[in-house]
Amino acid sequence: MKAKGKAWKFGADVDTDRIIPARYLNTSDPKELAKYCMEDADDKFAKGVKKGDVIVAGKNFGCGSSREHAPIAIKASGVSCVIAKSFARIFYRNSFNMGLPILECAEAVNGIKKGDVLEVDMGKGEIYNVTKKKRYQANPVPPFMQELVGAGGLMRWIKKRGFVK
Amino acid sequence: MATKTVIKKTAKKATKKVVKKAECKTKAVKKAVESSVRSVRAMTITEKLLAAHAGLKEVTPGQLINAKVDIALGNDITAPIAIREFKKIGAKKVFDRKKVVLVPDHFTPNKDIASATQCKILRDFAKEQKLTHYYDGGDVGVEHALLPEQGVVGPGDLVIGADSHTCTYGALGAFATGVGSTDLAAAMISGEVWFKVPETIKIVFKGKLNKWVSGKDLILHTIGDLGVDGALYKAMEFTGPVIDKLSMDSRLSLCNMAIEAGGKSGIVVPDATTKKYVKGRFERKAVYYTSDKDAEYSEVREYDCSKLEPQVAMPHLPENTVNVSKVGRVNLDQVVIGSCTNGRMEDMAVTAKVLKGKKVAKGTRLIIIPATPEIYNESMKKGYFDTFTKAGAIISPPTCGPCLGGHMGILAAGEVALATTNRNFLGRMGHVKSELYLSNPAVAAASAIKGRIVHPKVIK
Ligand code: SF4
Repeated sequence: MKAKGKAWKFGADVDTDRIIPARYLNTSDPKELAKYCMEDADDKFAKGVKKGDVIVAGKNFGCGSSREHAPIAIKASGVSCVIAKSFARIFYRNSFNMGLPILECAEAVNGIKKGDVLEVDMGKGEIYNVTKKKRYQANPVPPFMQELVGAGGLMRWIKKRGFVK
Repeated sequence: MATKTVIKKTAKKATKKVVKKAECKTKAVKKAVESSVRSVRAMTITEKLLAAHAGLKEVTPGQLINAKVDIALGNDITAPIAIREFKKIGAKKVFDRKKVVLVPDHFTPNKDIASATQCKILRDFAKEQKLTHYYDGGDVGVEHALLPEQGVVGPGDLVIGADSHTCTYGALGAFATGVGSTDLAAAMISGEVWFKVPETIKIVFKGKLNKWVSGKDLILHTIGDLGVDGALYKAMEFTGPVIDKLSMDSRLSLCNMAIEAGGKSGIVVPDATTKKYVKGRFERKAVYYTSDKDAEYSEVREYDCSKLEPQVAMPHLPENTVNVSKVGRVNLDQVVIGSCTNGRMEDMAVTAKVLKGKKVAKGTRLIIIPATPEIYNESMKKGYFDTFTKAGAIISPPTCGPCLGGHMGILAAGEVALATTNRNFLGRMGHVKSELYLSNPAVAAASAIKGRIVHPKVIK
């Protein structure tokens, strides 16, 4: 899986309330959620984001609540991948379970500026900053997570294991 | 401020034959403990719990396991997505109708058509699947106050909840952790969930608690020290002389906020207080696990509580904690006492004690939310409601309400509030330009009387 897009930059500890505020949690419709994605962090994001764009953030991205609406909103907004220094635990799980590619790479986060054009190879964890002509390698995705992604997400994996008759 | 000491990184002790004597007194307990220590490796309570539920003799941090769940929980925000996934994959039946629990507590009583529609998805599913534990109408309360109180979760359980504060149940000696909706969907079908066995941080509270200091202050202080990602991916085990004396309500508040340090779970090894609490309440058989004395911890932190004051978390992160006397002048538009952190009986009692015969300051709104119907009724019977209404407080039905900025007390731009809830993220209780402080209920009640953040000792 490869993607190309512009970088949107955010700081550390971006919580799920900023990714998708609770006032919009009375629905779980991805398109509806995408309209308000990142609203409390950058109110220009939802309107400006283009298909393939990349969210680049500091440590502990997605901390706070377990709402899967957060990765759903990000994915539905067209974002191809989130690169952060680290991810909060539940957000990390959720992203793999529902198929939002995420990469951990502190070096890339430090080197990428807002608006830089990026090429990301999600499978290999390669990040290329087209604007700055710099290449980064993200932390490898653990084998089990690769298996989940390979199966097409957690639900398909469960089905594969014979739980759905 | 209490002294913060980072004691040591525990030296790695490789696998070792350990057979421990049961320390607990009752026979049943002894049996449970003995059955849990047939391991070859010294383990923490968390490791033992996970090993037992994965059908393994032992587990090591970092290991990936598939574990059986005792309870899988969802609410009106997370369950609709889980139910959608459940149906999409073609599943027909939940793995066990007694073990899938649905609590539509966030927007209850439904604030608008959209949230009513979400709740209806839960209601229909609960009916279709004949779920034993579905709470609606006058039975509904804030999930993490409701489940321990109703005996749905208990010692030795492995609980997953599509809600980050599921970690609350660690107070009972359970392994409980928050997951997402897809995880919930998968668990509803398979009765299993995948985990990476976490490392454990041991947190030891020493000394004696001062007046007006509670479980909430212990955890706020800990988060202040560790930071909001200080325990990322890790289990937090709370122990020490202060914990030995701590009430169950305070332990529930303490474990509730493990997630605010990034923790996967928080846990207290069961003791006499636990047994007393679950007696006649827990609907299944309790299994009491302990930590082996030479179990490995990734880190041990000790806090001396004898100088600990009530804590206040300043906007906009729970890690911004200071002693209440150091807050400075903060005028308040609103005070909220409630939530899965501090909406329990002990919290209602201390609120009533502070408010007795007093009035809420002009210009400040005080909203009190007993977390469950039982707490609501008990507070009424004890005469607390009389104290609350005479003071000029608003009493809300059990709900999450304003805690997540849902309804029942949302802040306008520029407004400042103090709440006994667990998160003060930007915009959490309303407008992004509002400000939220966190504290225990005694501080909140006293501050409502004064209209600004104060130490409860100033209320004479
Ligand atoms: S009271 Fe607040 S933190 Fe607790 S479950 Fe409800 S919304 Fe979440």
